Amino acid sequence: MPVLTYLWIIPLLPLVGAAVNGIFGGRWPKSAISAIALFSTTLAFLAALEAVREFFTLSPDQIPWIKTYFAWISAGGFQANFALQVDQLTVIMLLVVTGVGWLIHIYSTGYMHEDPGYRRFFAYLNLFMFFMLVLILAANYLLMFVGWEGVGLCSYLLIGFFFLKQSATNAGNKAFWVNRVGDYGFLLGLFLILRTFGSLDFSVVLPQAAKMTADPAGHIGTLTTIALLLFVGAAGKSAQLPLYVWLPDAMEGPTPVSALIHAATMVTAGVYMVVRSHAIFLNAPVAMQVVAVIGCATALFAATIGLVQTDIKKVLAYSTVSQLGYMFLACGVGAFGAGIFHLMTHAFFKGLLFLAAGSVIHAMGGEQDMRKMGGLRKKISVTFWTMLMATLAIAGAPGFSGFFSKDEILNEALRVSPVLGWIGVFAAGLTSFYMFRLIFLTFFGEERYDEHHVRVHESPKNMTIPLIVLAVLSVCGGWMAAPQLVGGVNHFQHFLAPVLATGAEPAAAAAETSGGGGELLQALLGAPVIAGLLGFLLAWWFYIKSPETPKKLAASLSAPYKLLLGKYFIDELYRAVIVRPLVWISDKVLWHVVDERAIDGTVNGVAFVSRETGDRVRRTSTGNIRSYATWIILGVLVFTSLLLWMVD
Amino acid sequence: MVPTSYFLVLSAVLFGLGVIAFIFKRNILTVFMSIELMLNAVNLAFVTFSRSLGQLQGQVFVFFVIVVAAAEAAVGLAIIILIHRNRRTLDVENVDSLKD
Repeated sequence: MPVLTYLWIIPLLPLVGAAVNGIFGGRWPKSAISAIALFSTTLAFLAALEAVREFFTLSPDQIPWIKTYFAWISAGGFQANFALQVDQLTVIMLLVVTGVGWLIHIYSTGYMHEDPGYRRFFAYLNLFMFFMLVLILAANYLLMFVGWEGVGLCSYLLIGFFFLKQSATNAGNKAFWVNRVGDYGFLLGLFLILRTFGSLDFSVVLPQAAKMTADPAGHIGTLTTIALLLFVGAAGKSAQLPLYVWLPDAMEGPTPVSALIHAATMVTAGVYMVVRSHAIFLNAPVAMQVVAVIGCATALFAATIGLVQTDIKKVLAYSTVSQLGYMFLACGVGAFGAGIFHLMTHAFFKGLLFLAAGSVIHAMGGEQDMRKMGGLRKKISVTFWTMLMATLAIAGAPGFSGFFSKDEILNEALRVSPVLGWIGVFAAGLTSFYMFRLIFLTFFGEERYDEHHVRVHESPKNMTIPLIVLAVLSVCGGWMAAPQLVGGVNHFQHFLAPVLATGAEPAAAAAETSGGGGELLQALLGAPVIAGLLGFLLAWWFYIKSPETPKKLAASLSAPYKLLLGKYFIDELYRAVIVRPLVWISDKVLWHVVDERAIDGTVNGVAFVSRETGDRVRRTSTGNIRSYATWIILGVLVFTSLLLWMVD
Repeated sequence: MVPTSYFLVLSAVLFGLGVIAFIFKRNILTVFMSIELMLNAVNLAFVTFSRSLGQLQGQVFVFFVIVVAAAEAAVGLAIIILIHRNRRTLDVENVDSLKD
């Protein structure tokens, strides 16, 4: 089993690509740079496929497959190894990250072709792949944290990619700082895990956590504290309330980056981490409730903002925040498998939506405002059809991938907590509405752009082929779960079951739904689909049938409309409550008092004392040999007398 | 037989003369000679103790001191010649550029 034995090769390949392009690529032509970037990611994808093939030859007692390569940190009783791990959960993440990442690399060679920062872009993108692979392959929390911080760094670098634009650098900084808040929580969670379990290895911590008695409901014990701290980290990385503010701004980055990092892979790291730690969460009912409520609230909140956005990428950004909310809702109600299932399908269709949006922007010569598009259906038909597939998938049209994953989440939510479930169903309706609004505004209706200035053209092959592949995945990606509908086995859940079996409850729940719940499932299946259909009809009514309605509605409901248009003024609130006091304290206290007086004063004081002392002492060295001799003799006399006196 | 203390007193007197000459003389050659005087005063003390204690170590030390003094004389005189060539002076008061 070559690849499973040398697992490190999978993350190393993109790192080598990043290093070669970053260090030596300065004078190379674009073809050489894209060749290296594509070669390394293609090899990583092939290596991942081979690893998965080998994984299926393992016997069940060899799973999770853990390889320890060297002791990384060893201090006292604490030991952290550089160890990689593969189990069913990793396999899914591995295929999603390398597969979607590979497609987006291909797409980028077309999309970024005219950009002067071509080499920098691919170096960062490959570096991102490296850190993301470290994150998902890590066998302990510390190594996971390395990947976690690394993807944060790459996200920052790529959001601020167009660094001459003030808004882009601001957005990069914002993403970095908001993530610091989350990472702080994550780090505290790691400390508490280390103190409680004495290790950070998944193979040590999680079985122990599963065996511990659960914290009683309504009580915040150690496990609940750990779970909540980890969730703070997840909320930062995966843009949940109240830390979601960075993700919409992150759209300042190039569109392939939005697709890869801010839709398909990095932002789902929080979901992955929560699912990985499900043994802790299952024994922390309070934390589970918090996760479910926050996830559900985010899903609704972001969907409402998405209703009125006019920037095509902003709609998708809020949609991403909303869909991530669904994943956390799934985790919060104990349907971890459904969360991962939605993560995977979301990677397909949201990655595709962003890439298609990039293709639209490319065709429009950089225009992102949907009000200045329209009627593009015929001119860029490949983009239109693929984007329509993705929209049907995210709206949950029956048969498409999003249908299976979202229904699984909503059914489980309705079963555990009807209130959260119905809010989720409502948000699904909103999702359908704003997505079809996007489609109708962009591709239907009259052409609202200046035809003399914008020459609409379909994107080149290297951009359309990834679109088509992802469109196929968006349609078929959920079919693994299809047999469940007719009373069969949900292959996805069945595959993940060994990882998630440490908690007895979800296994039992899965058995219940797949066993006797066939009719119940059919009955409930209706709600999300009907909500999606209503959303579609409403969008059709508003933007095709009578285009005047939205304006009238906005005028008659001006207060709520302005609230939504201003994104609930959360950014303004944060600026007033957090940013400005922080800047004030930094400026008036930390800079002018602590830094200038205390720190500089101490440093300058030490220098002053040393200089003065030196100046005085210097005068004793006259350079005159006889004065030196006198000092020596005096010294000898003093010491000799001391010696004699002590002997007496 | 002359008592041991006489030799030691003589050694101390010679050493003291060497020290005083070292401090007060200005000519480098004289300073150099005063160092030789101090070394020989110490040699005398060594030999005295060697004899009075009936042990050979003292005399071995004296030979070491003589060897080192010879080497030192060679190097020291060479330095003095160079100083004279470069500075046209042998007054230690004028050779104090080390302080800079």
